Amino acid sequence: MYPSRFRYEAPRSLDEARALLTRFGDEAKILAGGQSLVPLLKLRFAAPELLVDINNIPGLDHHREDADGTLRIGALCRHVSLERSALLPGRHPLMASAAPLIADPIVRNRGTLVGSLCHSDPQGDWASVLLALGGSIVALGPSGRRTIPASEFSLGPFQNALLPGEIAIEAVVPAAQGHVSGSYLKLERRVGDFATAGVAVALEMSGDTVTRAGIALTGVGPSNIAATAAEQALTGRALTTDTIDEAAELAAAAAQPRSDHRGSAAYKRHVVATFVRRGLQRQEVGAAA
Amino acid sequence: MSYGQSSVVREVGVDERRITVTVNGEKRVVEVEPRLLLAHLLREGLALTGTHLGCDTTSCGACTVLVDGTPVKSCTMLAVQADGHEITTVEGLGTPSELDPVQEGFSREHALQCGFCTPGMMLTSHALLESNPDPSEEEVRWAISGNLCRCTGYQNIVKAVLWAAEKKSGGVS
Repeated sequence: MYPSRFRYEAPRSLDEARALLTRFGDEAKILAGGQSLVPLLKLRFAAPELLVDINNIPGLDHHREDADGTLRIGALCRHVSLERSALLPGRHPLMASAAPLIADPIVRNRGTLVGSLCHSDPQGDWASVLLALGGSIVALGPSGRRTIPASEFSLGPFQNALLPGEIAIEAVVPAAQGHVSGSYLKLERRVGDFATAGVAVALEMSGDTVTRAGIALTGVGPSNIAATAAEQALTGRALTTDTIDEAAELAAAAAQPRSDHRGSAAYKRHVVATFVRRGLQRQEVGAAA
Repeated sequence: MSYGQSSVVREVGVDERRITVTVNGEKRVVEVEPRLLLAHLLREGLALTGTHLGCDTTSCGACTVLVDGTPVKSCTMLAVQADGHEITTVEGLGTPSELDPVQEGFSREHALQCGFCTPGMMLTSHALLESNPDPSEEEVRWAISGNLCRCTGYQNIVKAVLWAAEKKSGGVS
């Protein structure tokens, strides 16, 4: 399969990239890892006039913490760097548990977290992780930088909140407080398939009390879904069988699954409840460490 | 030479880029249309047909090659992006008289049936052993989980990779 013809530029700096994007606006597409965009080009679902390949721009492949614990992931940070990261385990357990579940090992060698967010596929895993962690996306545009909360970044399937001329340069995860835990649970028919359903769970606790809960759902709606009612049901309470059940039911109610070849809507809703329960039970009062 | 269009008729005004790619140790300078995929450059442009195109949708891993030593699906990378990089295809993995341990392992353990997934499997396995010379069976299965074998011959593929690891460590001769 061949993509339609396009112009190709590989700028060496963000300034050069910005100039190209300003000139071409909506007709330009950014190429980072290409693991979602190239298939779209080949299927001719996308036919941009200009492809701006950012792979030669230095200084975008990082993932690091600021002094205050804020985690920053650059636009060229590949999934594999997060999977093998020494920084994430322990400090960012949800990120660490999601990284090895993205696509398949070969795709992870090239694909990027920021690219996955920009692609805004409702079956993308990272968007749920960023939602659960209260993350955001830093965009650079003609009028400077702005920060877009993850909760406002996806406007629907394959539509993000970037304006023409803007480029997403970084994803940001705020520093967590207290005891931090979390996990990503994903049901897939085989490695590399999209999630039948996925659940991101992030908790911050002070003693037995949940001080912040983040729960987000993958593959069960037109966008990744923040299960805010479930989050609120946990906040300020201890994790017990009752509160966990309540959160699981509320999260399942927030899902908007559709029946397809991966399973019926009822099945996917059931999986969501089960995954929320499992994700929380790992931190339940009295649970084995 | 020109790829991404008929080699007989060359359209005037089509944007082409001159790129320099090191393929299996040999420097190649070619002109490519930006939309040309790396897999097509290798197969049609450079006649290296050992790289197989399976699904063409980033799912099967048959077209896996090494880019600077890292497994990449060549159907999902533009040839123009390979400019300045080193590509290894199955043709560059070993020679008939001096097989790569992974190739020898595939032969010894009967790790191929139809053979279609084999080049991609071997390149992924070769890269695994470069970074992890002594993988567990679980680690081998994890590493090749992006490469599909429609014959479902995984058992012997895993055995072959473990055999190659042992051979490389001097454990078998």
